[in-house]
Amino acid sequence: MRKFLPSLMFFILLLIIWEWAVRYFEIKEYILPSPSAVGSSLINKRVLLWDHGLQTIYEAVLGFLLAIGAGLFLSVAMGLSPGVKRTIYPLMVVSQTIPIVALAPLFIIWFGYVMMPKVVTVILICFFPITLSLVEGLSTVDEDMVKLLTAMGASPWQVFRKVKFPGAMPSFFAGLKISATYSVMGAIIGEWLGASKGLGIYMTRSMKSFLTDQLFAAIAVVSILSLLFFAVVEITGRMVMPWYYQK
Amino acid sequence: MAEAYLVVDDIFKTYPPTEKGKEKLETLNGVSLAVKKGEFVSVIGPSGCGKSTLFNIISGLERPDKGCILLDGKDITGEKGHISYMLQKDLLLPWRTVLDNCILGPELQGIPKKEAYRLALPLLKEFNLSDFASSYPAQLSGGMRQRVAFLRTVLAKKELLLLDEPFGALDAYTKSEMQDWLSGIWSKYRETVIFITHDVEEAIFLSDRVYVFSKRPALVKAEITVGLPRPRSRGEITSTAFVKLKKEMLSALLDV
Repeated sequence: MRKFLPSLMFFILLLIIWEWAVRYFEIKEYILPSPSAVGSSLINKRVLLWDHGLQTIYEAVLGFLLAIGAGLFLSVAMGLSPGVKRTIYPLMVVSQTIPIVALAPLFIIWFGYVMMPKVVTVILICFFPITLSLVEGLSTVDEDMVKLLTAMGASPWQVFRKVKFPGAMPSFFAGLKISATYSVMGAIIGEWLGASKGLGIYMTRSMKSFLTDQLFAAIAVVSILSLLFFAVVEITGRMVMPWYYQK
Repeated sequence: MAEAYLVVDDIFKTYPPTEKGKEKLETLNGVSLAVKKGEFVSVIGPSGCGKSTLFNIISGLERPDKGCILLDGKDITGEKGHISYMLQKDLLLPWRTVLDNCILGPELQGIPKKEAYRLALPLLKEFNLSDFASSYPAQLSGGMRQRVAFLRTVLAKKELLLLDEPFGALDAYTKSEMQDWLSGIWSKYRETVIFITHDVEEAIFLSDRVYVFSKRPALVKAEITVGLPRPRSRGEITSTAFVKLKKEMLSALLDV
């Protein structure tokens, strides 16, 4: 915890300056609410925020898990077969040039105002960093290690399971951390474009009613959620790869 | 050569040019050698002479252009799974503990973990590594890591151990310590070993016989039987017999 102390102090300092500036320049609350106004809004609207937050968490977690599944499947296939990699990899990169924000409304037309389009948005945003990091991790394997196992009579599958896959874990978890924070954002984007519940729709409604303090409160909740997701991945990483953290 | 266990018979290997306009790389030019069961044989030669290519061919990772490898009378040219080897790089799996690294060989053969542990634990004790069984390789010193790598090589229970400059990356003190240790361990287990090095003293100190390779394209320039009694001690390095062998080897190596 101690290593975060300087950033925390600096953050508090920024909040103080913000609070002071809003009061000194008499900035209207719908333009920029003061941190104290955001804070009280967080407390007053906690039940509503929690209710909407749960929906967002649900979408983000589901999308994230499905993205991990898709990422694992794709990258293992690419790791085992150079032919599959040559076919899929370029297409995967091209897929990332499609603006998902533009596609999301289409998902609503396809799937309706239910959870599905949001989960799909999360999957589309998360699967790329996950797959890319695992594919990279699998391809940066130590060739001498592979040679040693091969000379000892290991099958290609044994080489994959005992050398390539465990060796790719640090890179995989780096991708997971990125995706974990993206997943909440993905759910929010999905909700913006149409939802009955969730922090995204809460933000849109607050903005349209010029309740900027509520918008900021929702932003704070989103940040905290993203940090929590990040922490869960980090802790899982430490449990899965104790060797990596004992260096 | 009736009693030869491993026979390397007239091996040729030439690599095609890597780029256009470059010349092809003649690496091995009719290399032959023979190793008896339980014999410690060294191969010594100038760096870049193709020792490692020979190594890859014996281990089945590469095929020779001509010639064959016989093990116990059977042709194993290009066949993998007969040898286990050890390099300058320890190649320990960083995510495995020392104990789990050691049992890699049995594990690949499908032996259950519990049984593999039973095989490994007495050896760990023998190698003075018991206290580090649950440590990760990153927590060990270079010398210790090479000891673990050697244990893994032995435990793979292959017909032949190939050691390719295993102590090349260690400092002089640790290196001589490791040589003493290897000499002692080998005297006990009498594995069939081919040891690749470019250190003349190391070759004499450890081996029963030494093959001296020429510059690339490599061929065997001399075969020297060491014949010093075992166990050998470090002090013998300055003995007359040792110095004589060293002179003989250096003159073969340096062409004087």
